[in-house]
This record gives sequence, structure tokens and C-alpha cells, in this order.
Amino acid sequence: MTDPTALIAEDEPLLAQALQADLARQWPALRVLAVAGDGLSAVQQALDLQPSVCFLDIRMPGQTGLEAAQALAEDWPAGPAAPPFPLLVFVTAYDQYALQAFEAQAVDYLVKPVDGPRLAACVARLQARLAERPAPQTPASPAPAGAGADAALAQTLQQLRALLGAATPGAAPPAARLQVIQASAGNTVHLVPVDEVLYFEAADKYVRVITAERELLIRTSLRELLPQLDDQVFWQVHRSVVVRATAIRTAVREESGKVTLTLRGRAETLTASRLYAHLFKGM
Amino acid sequence: MTVASSLPPVIGPPPRPWPQRVVLHLGAALALCSTVAGFLTLVFDDPFGRTLVYSLCIGGIIQALIEAGRYTVSAWRIRRGHRHPQLWHGWPGWPFMAPWVLFSAFTGHALGHRLGAWLTGLPPQPLLAASGRSLVLVLVITFSVSLVATYHFYVRGRLAGATAQAEAARRLASENQLRLLQSQLEPHMLFNTLANLRVLIGLDTERAQAMLDRLISFLRATLQASRSDWHPLSAEFDRLADYLALMAVRMGPRLQVTLSLPEELRDRPVPPLLLQPLVENCIRHGLEPQVAGGRITVRAELADGQLLLTVRDTGAGLPTAPRPSTPADGPQGGFGTHQVRERLRALYGDRAHFDLLPAGDADGGTLARITLPDAPD
Repeated sequence: MTDPTALIAEDEPLLAQALQADLARQWPALRVLAVAGDGLSAVQQALDLQPSVCFLDIRMPGQTGLEAAQALAEDWPAGPAAPPFPLLVFVTAYDQYALQAFEAQAVDYLVKPVDGPRLAACVARLQARLAERPAPQTPASPAPAGAGADAALAQTLQQLRALLGAATPGAAPPAARLQVIQASAGNTVHLVPVDEVLYFEAADKYVRVITAERELLIRTSLRELLPQLDDQVFWQVHRSVVVRATAIRTAVREESGKVTLTLRGRAETLTASRLYAHLFKGM
Repeated sequence: MTVASSLPPVIGPPPRPWPQRVVLHLGAALALCSTVAGFLTLVFDDPFGRTLVYSLCIGGIIQALIEAGRYTVSAWRIRRGHRHPQLWHGWPGWPFMAPWVLFSAFTGHALGHRLGAWLTGLPPQPLLAASGRSLVLVLVITFSVSLVATYHFYVRGRLAGATAQAEAARRLASENQLRLLQSQLEPHMLFNTLANLRVLIGLDTERAQAMLDRLISFLRATLQASRSDWHPLSAEFDRLADYLALMAVRMGPRLQVTLSLPEELRDRPVPPLLLQPLVENCIRHGLEPQVAGGRITVRAELADGQLLLTVRDTGAGLPTAPRPSTPADGPQGGFGTHQVRERLRALYGDRAHFDLLPAGDADGGTLARITLPDAPD
């Protein structure tokens, strides 16, 4: 069996260094492949290096640890030959709400400052879960390995869905519903009734607003926009796509677990990630 | 949100229930009218019984008019959205009450006279038929008694209003103290700092000690700030330096700091840790979300004789849409600027100014500006 590997995502250099040193002491077999200082590069490096464990700080620049986990779950390769999804450990200094959610979902987490005994317990749990995993696939038996990895991924997806659901401000008073989108282009401000919007797509620091006839850019993030939309009308199907449910014509499940959506009134297709694939099932 | 509108409608001792008030006022009226009747009996040599009947009729009507007027107008002004505490004690203010007392006195006199005549069975004497001297005397007595009674209510209303205001101010002050403390001892910051400290102890004892010293003076200042009203601007900058040094250990090269305090402004008194929440916002909403970090500049200067304090960052900038509060924000999301505003209002009234705007140059980010007058209220 190959040595377990890890990625540490932590924006505070001293704490990243310390976690690495503590892990070296408590789990000598673990190889730390990379230390990322922000959420975006953490996802990129995890996809490139395919570690067996990811330690994700919750509050990071660029992307929070939870958002990074979501991106990782959506972009992780699928199929029988795919590597198993990494075990996730969230790290936080103080996030009352997140901790409650972690407890509820039996997600591994560490609280900063990380003390010896707690880290030891966490390491023991991770080691046990890695040992449960079927041996790396050999050409003779690809199927069971793939099935095991799928089961692990399915469980992680389940947990992430619950965590993301808990993290959206459902208990907080809902933000006022947006009625009209105002998109400025040069000196002109275009007004688009939300009722005409087919879908929103995050693009870097902007959100693309797509209606049947036109396409506009607004300078905001999907995260800021979401609470102002009616979640019965607009479904999030990907971390960067929110689509009007009644505008979806068909949903076709791919082998990778993703779902391809065709739309009424638009020629292009959208992809629903495996995190949201459960939204589409026959009645 | 204004302070006044956040207060519950009734503060201080609540007004008595109305039947009690009626009995109380009737008693007072009876005593006053008897005194007046006794006085008039002595002056005009009329029978006391008859004078008392007249006096009671006139006094009763006058009081009824005054009372009805002041409660009706107070209620009307409350409905119109006025929030002065005196209104809840039935005092609409002198501009209405002075002419109303005059009107009530004359009307009450005329009507009371008729009623008295009817009750005693005497022919009604036209008011002008009495001799000029006695008419003036009666009217002067009527008016001054009405005025004295009204003044009594005025003082009571003012007293109640003042008590209520003092109570509200006290409550606001202690609430703010608590919130100030809570926001400055933000647990996320505290535990992350401790985590760094814990690492440094094993790595670099000297740096760990320096960091601990900073943390100690930061904690001391935070705990004292909620108790004292003023400290010199130099102390304010020292505390900011402590806080930013702690953050620098955590953020490394992602945080750059410039503090600029001219020598001649060092002794200017300022409310303790006034700038702290603004600097904290720069870190939390400006620099922390940015992968590259940025620079924070805190500056004190004189502008048109007033003290101008600016806190500027080159961070993410103000959100275009109102930022939704997520659980990760903690309970004090968006609280910092509100708190600065409230403190300035409490200490300087309208004479201090605070605004938060996009920095408006190539570096981007946010600029917070506070202008303080020479002396607080």
C-alpha cells in the first residue's frame, strides 16, 4: 500500500507550518504534498496532486474551506479508474455554527489551537478510515475499487450537501427578494426583471445574467445574489450556476455522475454537478 | 436607525391608570376651588356657599378644558410620529398650552358663571355688568390659578421626560460597553492569535514573548476602554499598533501597515478604541478575503481646525449589494460601523461626522473618515 498523502490549506503561515510539524510527529508515514495559502489554489493543488487527506481551514482568502470542499467534490474525476476522494478535515479557530454542523454530520474537524491529544485522535480516525478503503486498484479487479471509492464519495457528498444547506442563511431573516437586475454597461444601465432571467452564471468577479434574448454582466458574486432569489424558482445546480427550474427542458445523467441540462429558449446546455444531481429524478 | 425610535414607547415610571388620574385631579381641583372661594368671600363679602358653587363650576370647566386639550393634542402628536417622552405624560409643550390655558380660562369663566347661576337659582349676571375692578380681579384670579395648575403639570411632565431620557441614556451606555467589549474580543481573532502564540513558543521564544506583550496590552486596553471615556490620540495609535502587530504575525507579508500621527496631535483626547472596529473591518472584510492581502493606512490630521481621522485599506472594497449576513460572520456582522456611529452621536451629538466610502483611486479598497470637533458636548 502506498504511503498516505496530505494537503494543508491554511492562510496563516505559522499555523500551516505548525500543523505540518505536529503531523510529522504524530503520523510519520504521512507525506504532506503541498501547503496552500488560499481556497482557490488549495482546490487546484488537490486536483493535481490527489492527496488522501485534505486539511481545510474554514476562513481563507479567495474561498472558504467549505467552498473549496464543494469545488473539489464537483471537479473530482469520476469513473472506475478515478482516485478515491480525499478525506476532509476542516480546521477552524471559532465558528460556533460550523462546529454544530460538523458535529451533526460526523465530519472530521480540528479546533485551533490544535492540541496534541485532539490531533492524535483525529489522526487515529483518519488512519482507520484509510485502512477501510479497498487496496489500490489492480488491473485484475477494477470494479470493486471503483465501487468503494464511489461509496466514500457518496458519503462525502451527502455530508457536504447538509453542510452547505446549514451554511446558507436559512435561519437568518431572508434578504429582500430581488425584482429587477440593474446591469451597467458603459454609461447605460440595463434593467432586467428577474422574471425574465433564465439562469445566472458566476464568472470570476462577475455574474452573467442570461435571459431568452440577451446576456448581461453584473458586478457581484453568486454568494451575494443567492439569498435574494426565491430558491423555489431558481435552483442552484452547480457552485457557479443558478437556473430557473421552469426553464429546464431535460436532464440527462452522465456516467461521471454529472447531469446535462437542456433549456427552453436557449441552445446551450448547462451542467449540474454531482452535488446537485439528486435534484433530478423522475416522479 | 435612530436611538430614539429604538426605545420602547413607554419609559420611566408609567403613567397612572386614568380613573386614578381623574380622582387625583378632582381632588386637586376641589382644594384649589375652595381656596379661591374663601379668598373671594373675604374680598367681595359674598356668602361662602354661593361663591364656592361658582368657583367649583368655573374651576371644573376650566380644568376639564385644559386636561382635554393637553391629552388630545399629545395623543394626536404621538400618532403623527412625534417621539418626545413628555408626550406620553400628556404635555404637548408651551406653544400649544399657553394660548390654550388663556382660552380655557375665559371660556371656563363664562360657562361656569352661567352654570353657577343656574345651580344657585340667581339671575345670570352678564359678565360685563360687574364693576370693572372686580371683573379684572376675578379674571386675574381665574387665569393665574389655571396657570399655576398647568405649570404643575408641566413640571411633572418634564420631570418624567427627563427621568426617562436619563434612564434610556444609561441603558444605551451600558449596552454599548458590553457590545464594544464583545466586538473587540472577537473570539475568532483571539483563538487564532493564541494558536499562533502557541506555535511561536516552540519556535522562537523571543518573538513569542513580544507577541504576548502585544496581546496583553491589547487586552488591557480593551477591558479599560469600556470603563474610561477618553484617552490621548497617541494611546489610540499605540493600541492600533498592538492589534496590527498581532495581525501581522498571523498574516505575514499579506498585511502592510502605515500609521501616521503628527507630533502636535498626540495629546488630543479621543474616545478609547474608536478606530479599532474600523481597522478590524479593514482586515476582515478588506484584506482577509483577498489572496494578495493589502495595505492599511491610519492617519490623523487637522482639516479646517477639526481633527480628521482616516482609516483606509486597499482591500476588497465595499460590497455592491448589501452583504447578506451569514452565520460565519458571527453575531457582530456589520456591527462595527454602526457602533462607531452610535458612540460619536452619544459623545458629540451632530458635531462629529463619520462616513464610509470607496477609496476612489487606483488602489481601490475602502476609506473610513471621522471628523471630530475640538471638545465633546
